[in-house]
Amino acid sequence: MSLLMNIFQEIPLHNYLFLSAILFCIGVFGVLLRRNAIIIFMSIELMFNAVNLLLVAFSTYYSDSGGQVFVFFIMAVAAAEVSVGLAILVTIYRNLHSVDIDELKSLKW
Amino acid sequence: MTFYIFLFLAALAVFCGLMTVTSRNPVHSVIFLIGCFFAIAGHYLLLNAQFLAVVHIIVYAGAIMVLFLFTLMMMNLNEASEGHKPALARISAVVSAGLLLFILIAALKKTEPFAPPLTIDHSIGLVKALGNTLLNEYLLPFEFVSILLLSSMVGAVLIAKRDKSPKPELE
Repeated sequence: MSLLMNIFQEIPLHNYLFLSAILFCIGVFGVLLRRNAIIIFMSIELMFNAVNLLLVAFSTYYSDSGGQVFVFFIMAVAAAEVSVGLAILVTIYRNLHSVDIDELKSLKW
Repeated sequence: MTFYIFLFLAALAVFCGLMTVTSRNPVHSVIFLIGCFFAIAGHYLLLNAQFLAVVHIIVYAGAIMVLFLFTLMMMNLNEASEGHKPALARISAVVSAGLLLFILIAALKKTEPFAPPLTIDHSIGLVKALGNTLLNEYLLPFEFVSILLLSSMVGAVLIAKRDKSPKPELE
C-alpha cells in the first residue's frame, strides 16, 4: 500500500476541512477582538494560512497540482499585502504615535 | 500513527493560533504565530507537499514574520500600549466568531465523504511536477505575480519614506 493511500485512509478529508474552519474562525476572532493593527494583520495571515492548508489538502487528495500552484500565488500576494500594509502602518505610527485602530476614525463622521 | 501526527500538528496549530490572538504582548503573538506556521508546514509535509512546506517556512517564518518583528520593535509596542475593548465588543467578537465556526462546521458535516481518485499521482508536491504546472498552465499569472511584487515593493518604499518637504498645516 502506498504512503498516500495510507494517509487517505487514516485521515479523512473532513478533518482538514474542520481544522481549516477552526483556524479561519480564530483569525476572524482576532480581527474582531484586538485593537492593535499589527495583531489584526497577523490574524489575517492566519486566515490566509487556513485557506492555503485547505487548498493543499484538496490538491493532494484529488491528485491535482493546480491547487498547490494557487497556494504559491497566494503566498506571493500575502507577501505583497504585508509589505504595503506595514508601510502604511509605519506612516500612521509616525503621524499619530499609535497603531490603535480605535484612534483611526477620521473617516467616521 | 499518521493520524496521531495529524492530531498533534492540528492541536499545535490551533493552540498557537489562539495564543497569537489572545496574548497581550505583541512579541509573544509573533512567536506563537511562527509556531503556528511551523505546525502548518508539518501538515504540508504530511500531505506530501514538500516544495510548499519549504517555501512556506522561508516566506512566512523567514520573511514575513521578520518584517512584523522589525515593525514591532521600531514602534516599541508592549503590553501597556494596547487598551482593552469594551466588554460588549469583546463578547460580541466571541459570539460572532463562534457562530461563524458553528455554521461552517454544520455545513461541512453535510458534505459527501471523499472518494479517492482512480489514479494517484505521487509526484504532485515535488518541485518537478509543480514547476511543470506553474510554467505551462499558469505562465501568465506567474508573470503577473512578478509585476505585483515589483509594484508592491516600490509602493512600500514610497509610502514608508519620510517626507522631507515641509508639511502644509492641516485644518
